[in-house]
Amino acid sequence: MASLVIAEHDHGTLKPATLNAVTAALACASEVHVLIAGANAGGAAEAATRISGVAKVLHADGPSLAEQLAENVAAQVVAVARNYTHLLFPATAHGKNVAPRVAALLDVAQISDATRVVSADTFERPIYAGNAIATVQSSDPIKVISVRTTGFDPAGAAGGSAPIEAVAAVADSGLSSFVGAEIVKLDRPELTSARIIVSGGRAMGSSDRFNEVLVPLADKLGAALGASRAAVDAGYAPNDWQVGQTGKVVAPQLYIAVGISGAIQHLAGMKDSKVIVAINKDPEAPIFSIADYGLEADLFSAVPELVRSL
Amino acid sequence: MKILVPVKRVVDYNVKVRVKSDGSGMDLAGVKMSMNPFDEIAVEEAVRLKEKGVATEIIAVSCGVTQCQETLRTALAIGADRAILVETPSDAAFELQPLAVAKILKALVDKEQPGLVILGKQAIDDDNNQTGQMLAALADLPQATFASKVEVAEGKARVTREVDGGLETVEVTLPAVVTTDLRLNEPRYVTLPNIMKAKKKPMETIKPADLGVDVAPRIKTVKVEEPPKRGAGVKVPDVATLVDKLKNEAKVI
Repeated sequence: MASLVIAEHDHGTLKPATLNAVTAALACASEVHVLIAGANAGGAAEAATRISGVAKVLHADGPSLAEQLAENVAAQVVAVARNYTHLLFPATAHGKNVAPRVAALLDVAQISDATRVVSADTFERPIYAGNAIATVQSSDPIKVISVRTTGFDPAGAAGGSAPIEAVAAVADSGLSSFVGAEIVKLDRPELTSARIIVSGGRAMGSSDRFNEVLVPLADKLGAALGASRAAVDAGYAPNDWQVGQTGKVVAPQLYIAVGISGAIQHLAGMKDSKVIVAINKDPEAPIFSIADYGLEADLFSAVPELVRSL
Repeated sequence: MKILVPVKRVVDYNVKVRVKSDGSGMDLAGVKMSMNPFDEIAVEEAVRLKEKGVATEIIAVSCGVTQCQETLRTALAIGADRAILVETPSDAAFELQPLAVAKILKALVDKEQPGLVILGKQAIDDDNNQTGQMLAALADLPQATFASKVEVAEGKARVTREVDGGLETVEVTLPAVVTTDLRLNEPRYVTLPNIMKAKKKPMETIKPADLGVDVAPRIKTVKVEEPPKRGAGVKVPDVATLVDKLKNEAKVI
C-alpha cells in the first residue's frame, strides 16, 4: 500500500502545493512516494527527498517533460502508476490538466478537489460552488485524486531523507508542443500560500485606482493581492489574481474584501479564510453575511485611513 | 471540419441550491435549469470558428435525461447545426459521471470524426473539471484546457491557456480537445427568430448501449451535507475599531 504524489515544480524547485498533497497522501496510505517528472529537475528531486514523511522519490528526467505538457506527463505517471493504490495531484491548473487524463488512461474515475481523506477509499469534496460537501467512495483499484491545497496543512519541507530512484522518461507524444508563456511577475506573496490577502472588486472603478488604493494596504500588511471575477473581467486586475470558483481557492489567516459584493462564485473561493473583513458601502452586500468584521464605508476613504492607522 | 460541442444541463448559476434534509443530494425539484455557462462559451467559440470559415458543421451533444433536449435546442439557437441526445435513465439514483460521459463522447468522436471537440472546462454542479481531459486520453488526442484564445490554421490549433501565474500558449495537432475558460469569449444572446429556426434543426436521440458504452457509476456518493456555517460577524463603526479588533481580538495583524 503506497501512494504517489505527482509533484508540481519548476524543475529547479518544488511548488508549495506539493507539500499539501503529501499530507493528503499520508492519510491515504502508510508509505508515500513523490514523482518528479521534469527536465534537468535534479533540484526539485533533491527538495522532494527532504519532505518529511516521504519514503522514496521517483525521478523521471528527459526533454519530453521540459514543458510539462499534459500528454507526456500523463504518460509518465501511467508508466509507474500500477505500483500504487493512490495517485495524488495538487488541484492546481497543472494538476487539474493532467489528473483526469491519467485516470482515463487507467480506466478509473477521478476525485477532484478533495478537501478531506475520510478513509483510504472515501473522501470529502465541495460541489455546487462550495454550497455543499459531498462524501464520495471510490471502488476503483487505483484512486486518482486532486487535492485542494487549502484543505490540508503542508508537510514539513525539511527533515526527510528519502532515496532517489531514477525512472526512464517517456518519449514525446508528438501531439502537442509548447509555444510560450506570459507569466505575471510577482514581487509579493503568492496568492494561494499568502497569510494575508487584500482583494478588490468592481467598486475599485479602474486599474489605476485598484493599484493606487490596494497596493499600499497590501504592502503594509505584506499581503498578496486578489480580485473578484468582476474586477478581472473589467480589466482592473490580471486574471490570475481571480479568487473564486473559476479562479483560485484561498484560505489565508486574514482576507480583506474591498468593494466586493460577495457573489456565490467569489465566496466559493475564500470562505474558508480564518478571518474575513469586508469593506463595502452597500449595507445589503452578501459579503457582510460571512464577514467576521464588516465596515460599511466608502472604500476610497476607508482604505487610505486603514493604511495610515496600521 | 466538423466541431463537436458537448453541453450539459445544470442548475442555473443564479439559483442558490440547498442540500436535501436526508443528506442524499441536492434539492433540485422545480429548480430552474440552464446550459452550463462554460458550455455556452464552447458553443459560441464553435459558431465563431464556423463564421470564420474554419468549421463546416457544428454538432451539439448532451448526455442525460429527456429534458436535455432543451439544452440542445439552446445550442442549436446559438448556431449549432444538429444535435445528438444520448439519453440515460431519469432515475434519481442514477448518476452519470465524467468517465462515462467521456466514453460516450469517445464513441461519438469515432463515429463523427470531428476536427475539434470544444467542451467547457467544468460543470458548475459537480465542479469536476475532468471530462475534456478524459475524452482526450481515451481518444488519444492532444488537449488544450482552460483556453482563453483559440486560433486554427494548417491542421493545428494554437491555444492560449490560463494557468497559475499567467498565460501559456500550446500548439496541438488536429483533431484535438479544447476546454473553455471564462475569458475565451462573450456568448451571444439567443434571439427569438433563431429559437424558432432551432426547432426545425435535426436532433437524434440514442442510448449509451447503442454506442456500446457502460455508464455505471464508479464513485458512490455516500452523503451530501451543508458546509460548516461561519459564526455571525459584527459590523464595526469605523476604521479605528476595525484595526483594534484585528490586532487585539482576532490577533491577525
